[in-house]
Amino acid sequence: MGDQKRSFRRRLIPYGLLAPGAIWLVVFFIVPMYFMGEMSLRTGVPNTPEGFTFNWEFANYSDALSGRGDQIVRTFFYAGTATIIALLIAYPLAYAIALKVNPRWRLPLLFAVIAPFFTTYLIRTIAWETILADDSPIVDLLKTLQIIPEDGRLLATSGAVIAGLTYNFLPFMILPIYASIERIDTSLIEAGKDLYASSRQAFLRVTLPLTMPGVVAGVLLTFIPASGDYVNAEFLGGANNAMIGNRIQSTYLEQSDYPKAAALSFLMMATVLALVFIYIRFAGTEAFVGSEEEAR
Amino acid sequence: MESATATARPAVSAAPSRIWSWLRRNGFKIYAGFALAYVLIPIGVIAVFSFADASQNRDHLAFAINNGFTLKYWEHAFAVPDLNDALLTSFRLAALATLISTVIGTMMALALVRHRFWGRRASNLLLVLPMATPEIVMGASLLSLFLIYGISLGFTSLLIAHIMFCISFVVVVVRSRLIGFDRSVEDAAADLGATPLETFRYVTLPLLRPGILAAALLAFALSVDDFIVSDFNKGTTETFPIYVFGAHLRGIPVQVNVLATMLFALTVTAICVVLWQQRRAERMASVRPEQEV
Repeated sequence: MGDQKRSFRRRLIPYGLLAPGAIWLVVFFIVPMYFMGEMSLRTGVPNTPEGFTFNWEFANYSDALSGRGDQIVRTFFYAGTATIIALLIAYPLAYAIALKVNPRWRLPLLFAVIAPFFTTYLIRTIAWETILADDSPIVDLLKTLQIIPEDGRLLATSGAVIAGLTYNFLPFMILPIYASIERIDTSLIEAGKDLYASSRQAFLRVTLPLTMPGVVAGVLLTFIPASGDYVNAEFLGGANNAMIGNRIQSTYLEQSDYPKAAALSFLMMATVLALVFIYIRFAGTEAFVGSEEEAR
Repeated sequence: MESATATARPAVSAAPSRIWSWLRRNGFKIYAGFALAYVLIPIGVIAVFSFADASQNRDHLAFAINNGFTLKYWEHAFAVPDLNDALLTSFRLAALATLISTVIGTMMALALVRHRFWGRRASNLLLVLPMATPEIVMGASLLSLFLIYGISLGFTSLLIAHIMFCISFVVVVVRSRLIGFDRSVEDAAADLGATPLETFRYVTLPLLRPGILAAALLAFALSVDDFIVSDFNKGTTETFPIYVFGAHLRGIPVQVNVLATMLFALTVTAICVVLWQQRRAERMASVRPEQEV
């Protein structure tokens, strides 16, 4: 009898440990999603005392979408391009740091590479604005080298926004890839070479597959925040470079047209989730969700 | 191919082939050098600006460099009251958010790694979702909740939001520390007559400390740095990033660069301390009875 009571209490322990965090996440993360959905189906006039009333106003969705087609395409194009460039920068870099340099330099180099992380996001974006500004020495240099035309500019272009996104989310790409490369048992690569694999084959057949979880995690951790960002487009882009994030922000916070903004956020969420889901299907899940074997 | 040509006509192509082989050998380093420059230049710009005498034309890099260096903004680092207030708000917010999210996140990590229970998979999913959601959606949905219930926005709404997005990251960091945890030390403590609570207090917690510290540091950094979620739920409260965003329209005081540089130095120091702690803990954990025999 007493034993049974004890084992019952033991079984309650995990729930007790879990409860505060789980309740917090349900109340302030899951439930708000429901209310955003509810808000997106309301009608009313912004900035009036009556506010908005709920009446299944699906027109908000078509309104939110109409004329925004290219903005939506642009958003995912920017986020996708930034993710690919970040991957191209991060992988060789992480590889070099984990396997090619003197172990003594590993930590300081890793530090240097994720240093952007240690400065404020907004301030480093503004620093890029300064670097890319029309009269900055770097733009002058590029003009002298005729890489960009005499009347060309870098600020307020798609390239500037993509460069900013790449820069700001690069640490999210580097860290998981580095972690996965560092974890590789290098004797596996040696074994591949002993079995007459060329360096390239050993990389493609051994190293790359073993580091895929890191790549998958890095791609997700870069793409997701990049697609919802509006800071880079705000500071580095021009009038024609606005992303959906800018639209949601101004509709919510400047025009106070909550239902339309909520509809747009919902569409954004749905698109990102769909893309992530498709991607995970192709790339395997463990990397992101965490494997099950952890429990003892 | 390359080497074949080189042996056939050594006099003509020796130089290019040497350049080529040098590039092949050092390509990685050159590449890494460029990547490092890309990563570090903006930070350098921020630091340079904090010393630039830019009384009239502060937006222009060339101007800032040509105008020479001054220490006056460092001497008067705290001369902008609004900026100080915003920074203090950010620190207070981050401290509270870190404290609360670290405690409940560590509890969650313990539950997830140490116990098998019904609902474990669902809990894992609940933790992953916030990390898979664009910040703007989190900010907008939380604002919808607050608006519908007529909850006034300000410090409390910001605190709620910051704890929310910190929890998942805390759990991930602490969990990774827990997975490599050698539980035989706990068994040893129990064998020596320690109660479960004593074991936790004197064995588990000290060994987990570096993980918890790293998680807390991450939470603090996320909170201080957050702009998007805060932008939606700020009300009239100004955090450091929100102040910078607003100030950008009317001209950012140089002190922002000074404080940003200070923050950078502080963060780097804090991380060094955590790493040092971690190494120490690893040494502690690696001293095992069987090695002493």
